[in-house]
Amino acid sequence: MSEQRRSRRFVEREQRELRQELLITPHPDVGLVAMNGPNDPDPALEIREDRVVLLDGRSEDQFDALDHFIARYGLDLDVAAEAMAIDETELAHRLVDVDVPRDELVRLGRGLTPARLARVVALLDPVEMMFALKKMRARRAPANQAHVTNLKENPALLAADAAEAAARGFAEIETTVGVSRYAPLNAMAVLVGSQTGRPGVLTQCAIEERRSLQLAIQGITTYAETLSVYGTEPVFVDGDDTPWSKGFLASAYASRGIKVRFTSGGGSEALMGHADGCSMLYLESRCLCLARAAGSQGVQNGSISCVALVMSVPAGSREILAENLLAAWLDLEVASGNDAIASHSPTRRTAKLMGQFLPGTDFVTSGWSVMPRYDNMFGGGNYDADDIDEWLTIQRDWQIDGGIEPLSEEEVIRVRERAARAIQAVFAAFEFPAISDEEVEAATYALDSRDLPDRDRAADVAAADRVLAERISGLDVARELDQRDFTEVAEAILGMQRQRVSADYLQTSAIVAPSGEVSAAVNDPNRYAGPGTGYRLDGVRWQRLQHLPHELDLRTLEEAAEAPAKVVAEKHVASMGDRPDDVVIAVGPAFADGLQATIGGMAHRDVIEALMGGVREAGGEPRLVRIRRASDVAFIGHDGAALSGSGVAVGVQSKGTAVIHRADLQPLDNLELFGMAPSLTLDSYRAIGRNAAGYALGQRVGPVPTVMDNFARAKLIVHTTLLHARETAAITADAPAVELELL
Amino acid sequence: MAFDPVGDYPLGTQRPDLVRTPAGLGLAEVTLDALRAGRLEASDLRATAETLRLQGEVARAAGRRELARNLGRAAELTAVPDDVILEIYTALRPHRSSAGELEALALRLKGDFEAPLTAAYIREARAVYAERGLLSPE
Repeated sequence: MSEQRRSRRFVEREQRELRQELLITPHPDVGLVAMNGPNDPDPALEIREDRVVLLDGRSEDQFDALDHFIARYGLDLDVAAEAMAIDETELAHRLVDVDVPRDELVRLGRGLTPARLARVVALLDPVEMMFALKKMRARRAPANQAHVTNLKENPALLAADAAEAAARGFAEIETTVGVSRYAPLNAMAVLVGSQTGRPGVLTQCAIEERRSLQLAIQGITTYAETLSVYGTEPVFVDGDDTPWSKGFLASAYASRGIKVRFTSGGGSEALMGHADGCSMLYLESRCLCLARAAGSQGVQNGSISCVALVMSVPAGSREILAENLLAAWLDLEVASGNDAIASHSPTRRTAKLMGQFLPGTDFVTSGWSVMPRYDNMFGGGNYDADDIDEWLTIQRDWQIDGGIEPLSEEEVIRVRERAARAIQAVFAAFEFPAISDEEVEAATYALDSRDLPDRDRAADVAAADRVLAERISGLDVARELDQRDFTEVAEAILGMQRQRVSADYLQTSAIVAPSGEVSAAVNDPNRYAGPGTGYRLDGVRWQRLQHLPHELDLRTLEEAAEAPAKVVAEKHVASMGDRPDDVVIAVGPAFADGLQATIGGMAHRDVIEALMGGVREAGGEPRLVRIRRASDVAFIGHDGAALSGSGVAVGVQSKGTAVIHRADLQPLDNLELFGMAPSLTLDSYRAIGRNAAGYALGQRVGPVPTVMDNFARAKLIVHTTLLHARETAAITADAPAVELELL
Repeated sequence: MAFDPVGDYPLGTQRPDLVRTPAGLGLAEVTLDALRAGRLEASDLRATAETLRLQGEVARAAGRRELARNLGRAAELTAVPDDVILEIYTALRPHRSSAGELEALALRLKGDFEAPLTAAYIREARAVYAERGLLSPE
């Protein structure tokens, strides 16, 4: 059999980064189906004597541990009969009905079973889900969470990155470790850095539960979100937990004044081999009901680390959005993923992101990599330091608050340096292995940890062990900073200890302002009820987010213009040419007057000389004329042609756009048009002059070759507009053309 | 002034008079000056059972009874030392404890730590673990 001939376009597309990912047909038996799986149980709830005896296809004697837990703690039996009697489509309608308040939906949601909840949200299309998420989010104002790690586990770099994250407005910062014994030092560096950048930022270190709890008890971290739950009993048990052990842990953290959220996400059960044949959304619904039943104030969800698996099946992105919506419906704080890499394709990553970004969630990402992806130790970096300008620009484009603030380079350098100095002082105080001035400087200006010197890792780990053994606390850190002239950082760290005493941040969706004021779903609830209500990005915050450091202020552009040397002199009103070799070079109102160069950077004098030289080379006689009544290149050219003895003229705008025109043509017709001004060279203008003379003298003329740059418009349209605005402003209505002399 | 679980949140800024450290310091006394004077202890900078119960009331008033229950258990656990906390957590993991061991833990929580809510929670776990084969042999 001969080899089939390939389409070169198909072959080319196979090389794109997107095609490194596998897309699969659904395979419900192993849980590889997004929602509405054929094996998902039908929603059902039966209550007898205040006891759930049937839940989603299973009677009480068949309940697994999750069913027992949800039945016992997670259903409001006073609402259940009413809620379960409502038609699924009707519930879906209410989710998107702007006149049905969030509180009412939350109340009904308390009486719905996992299978019913999953069925209802699956009825919504993506835009409906986004709308419902906007309405159902617990806290009014959205926020964001940062990831801060580096491959060398360098404390100065961790502190500098945490400081930048805090200064950029992230409300929470999560770190983790490559080597688990480093955890106390990493957590300490992130605590010090974050409070240097902006007081009030919550911090955590993702490690094994016991160790995580220990750091929290010592006041080095203030929250935890490592409490993973799963939608089937075998996966739960493989994770070495039960709903009761996780629930206990949640209470244990709270008892020490530590904020907690659970973590769950679609695809994890399939990945761990025990999806029990159920869809991702149904299993996630069980997780979320369980998280609420345990008394968690919130969840990190939306597939999280399994995102690429969910996105391998049809409707994967939609399923992930449905998960976030479900969590919000259950009145849980939502940190909505977008941390693990969703795709090789930036287009696909961002398309997925919009589901959470546009509606806004309590934390739009559950980890935005403040450092370059190289240093991200969460196996993530869906968005990272390299993407910061994109993120800020997309916020500006949509007028959406994605929780990240623009910051000048000077300010970033300042906070990074201060934080690196602060952790240097802390290490010195506790006689940990010294942080050198060289490290502080490198951490301040680094791209990533490859710019940092290597440290003695054995010595660092020994210091980390001391933090636990000697119970070095957040308070101790504050004390040492205070004694070493980092009073403001000490005050901020002490402020976080104060938060542990008042425990306000244990309420749903709590974040802490630099003043120490806690903002949560209790005192800043989302009461979106249609246009003009809820959170809107406006006022001071909108001013803050729209002005990017590299934004061009047009006023500065105007001021910069200074009077240059004169290039042309006006002689007299232009006359009609009578020579057959007369070729008019017609320039725009501001040419070589208000403006001095084309958009391609060509000086107007050089352009005139090239055009005139070209005309002469081909045997014509050039005559320079300024059109004053119009700025459009067609009319400049046509007016010139009307004055030309040969009937042929070159029209040229100040920005460099040119045309060869003839008097007998309609103004918007032409002989040759050169719209790609940025790619025109002096040689191009010379060739244009030659061709114009060729037309004038009746010679055979081949068109001037031009280069096409499809990005020129995107790159230069603003410059074009500004230049054209000035040309147009120089118009004198009804004024006749004038003849010019090149000085 | 009586506590209003709807209007008095956040406690730290609305009702600092109701918030104390375990040793009895007010929030306004948790300052750098106090730290310099040696009046602050790390172990004292945490929520009291009373504060957690107030937060539980806030949660309940906001319609979050599960969170309120969690905070109720948390209030009890303030009296339980760190190592016992970690011991209970381990005991609740799958296949770690026999029914008798969980029952003993529940009794201890109720007797030694006056933690009836947590004790009941552990008994409920024991019953389900027995049904689902999550206990270790006696």
